[in-house]
Amino acid sequence: MIEGAKWRRWVYFYIPMVLFLLVLLFPFYWMVITTVRPDGELYRPWNAPNYAPFWTWNPTFDHIRLLFEETLFATWLLNTMLIALASTLISLVCGVFAGYALARLKFPYAGSLGTGIFITYLVPQTLLFIPLADIIRNFRLGDTPWALILTYPTFLIPFCTWLMMGYFKAIPKELEECARIDGASRWKAMIYIILPVAVPGILSAGIFAFTLSWNEFIYALVFMSSSEEKTVPVGVVSELVRGDVFYWGPLMAGALLGSIPVAIAYAFFVEHYVSGLTGSVKG
Amino acid sequence: MGQVVLKDINKFYDSVHAVKDFNLQIRDKEFVVFVGPSGCGKTTTLRMIAGLEAISSGDISIDGQVVNELAPMDRDIAMVFQNYALYPHMSVYDNMAFGLKMRKFARPEIAKRVKEAADILGIGELLKRKPRQLSGGQRQRVALGRAIVRHPRVFLFDEPLSNLDAKLRVQMRVELKKLHLRLGTTAVYVTHDQVEAMTLGDRVVVMKDGLVQQVGEPLELYNQPANKFVAGFIGSPAMNFAAVTMTDGNGRLTAKNSGLEIEVPGGLADRLRGHVGRQLTLGIRPEDLHVARDADPAGLTFPSKIEVVEQLGSEILLDVRVGDDTMVAAVDPTVRAKVAETLRLAINPERLHFFDAKTEAAI
Repeated sequence: MIEGAKWRRWVYFYIPMVLFLLVLLFPFYWMVITTVRPDGELYRPWNAPNYAPFWTWNPTFDHIRLLFEETLFATWLLNTMLIALASTLISLVCGVFAGYALARLKFPYAGSLGTGIFITYLVPQTLLFIPLADIIRNFRLGDTPWALILTYPTFLIPFCTWLMMGYFKAIPKELEECARIDGASRWKAMIYIILPVAVPGILSAGIFAFTLSWNEFIYALVFMSSSEEKTVPVGVVSELVRGDVFYWGPLMAGALLGSIPVAIAYAFFVEHYVSGLTGSVKG
Repeated sequence: MGQVVLKDINKFYDSVHAVKDFNLQIRDKEFVVFVGPSGCGKTTTLRMIAGLEAISSGDISIDGQVVNELAPMDRDIAMVFQNYALYPHMSVYDNMAFGLKMRKFARPEIAKRVKEAADILGIGELLKRKPRQLSGGQRQRVALGRAIVRHPRVFLFDEPLSNLDAKLRVQMRVELKKLHLRLGTTAVYVTHDQVEAMTLGDRVVVMKDGLVQQVGEPLELYNQPANKFVAGFIGSPAMNFAAVTMTDGNGRLTAKNSGLEIEVPGGLADRLRGHVGRQLTLGIRPEDLHVARDADPAGLTFPSKIEVVEQLGSEILLDVRVGDDTMVAAVDPTVRAKVAETLRLAINPERLHFFDAKTEAAI
């Protein structure tokens, strides 16, 4: 805490914190307000007499109803959930084993391999989607969930590997050595000792991977065309922006409802997430 | 049975020769301590016995069987690490039972062994707790318990007391000694603390820069150090060293430098006669110096200037200046000494040591 005169606390802490919170939370507030605001108020110009941009006295659930009845939002939610979970699972499995190997096993070219993996992470998706589109087409995976479940790991695995490698390095070597002396093979030592201890790291890698694939846009846009296969980000943008008309109400409703699963995931796992990032393993 | 033989053991890390020609035969039930400063190769040697490090050359055998290629779990050894390495997600009971579970022991047998070990170590009420709920001393006992339940042929200890506070360390030292007497299992113990080495070991191996300096029983190392390093490492406060020149005056061999002139007593003089005119290093332990009395022969005393007085209660440590050297004398607590005073100190003639100035070997 800031010691000293009260004004210091206000000027250096409370006021900046309030401003910071305002800037961060305002978009969410705007999303919620726009979702429940009736169309009439939404399209009211700024110089109209009863212009009240930050509040509404006539909340309505029409936009949410429109979202679910006139678009395939529920299907999009399901698609996105399925694709995010599947690609997260694949990436976690690969990331945990790759991270362990790079952190613990000493084999030739381990360093170069690790660097190579991270370099692939640096190739932007906006570039990579072109060759990937070709591959997807050749394998006839276009417009199926597999197109995304198999391409999302291209950026999720390097990230998970990097996170898990750092986490495994923080786990004392003696823990494994002790397990090996106790009679565990390397595999058993990993299953019984290392993985349980690394759970916070795995959770945080998983949540991050889940969020990255939930929010992913460009691959979903390029590889999915039919409405039933779309994910939430793509569906909401492509079907609620018709030409140059923005259906702001349903758009914001879609954005709000689409961000809820991720918010819930973070809320439940935030403790593990933080400890996973800081890599605090003691004892 | 737990006889361990290390034959011509060498360990290279790239071009660094970490352990050089290590040879040792550890008898069954013996408690051997590897001691030395950081980086001397003691932990590396221990880890080679455990199978956690590959051996560059040489053989390690346990009970006559060469174990070089055996995995750690097949060597029938148990290790206690410096930071205990307790499995943080398991209870104390599960920590101790893990090794037995891995070896597919029956549950009743596991329960019996864990209870036995817990009773010996006094941790019976802690069995349900997790490591993070234990104090340092309790964690260390659990680590010991984990090793005991395995009933191994050899215990390996890697500086297990280093993470404990001073008082607890003293207490655990005694408990370890009692444990060894009770269990009778061969033990190899690594430490950098010479006090632990002296009090725990049946035999002590002093190492420096990968080489064994001396192997022997604690008192042997204390009374007959093989070289200057062992002499200075064993014993606290450390032995005082002074560079002296050997002169022969009237048939009496004297060790001389700017601060002192010591007449070498009979037996020692015979050994040193060949070194007249040469520079040697004189060694005398602080506890073998006392305030000169009238009865002390003049040839065994020298003047000194007191620089620091350290009161320990049981004795007084005087940091004194003798010529160009500083020495420490451990004297009786009744001595009245003040800083900047001159004091005449006397040497116990049977406790003089001499070392070659170049090779540092004891003469």
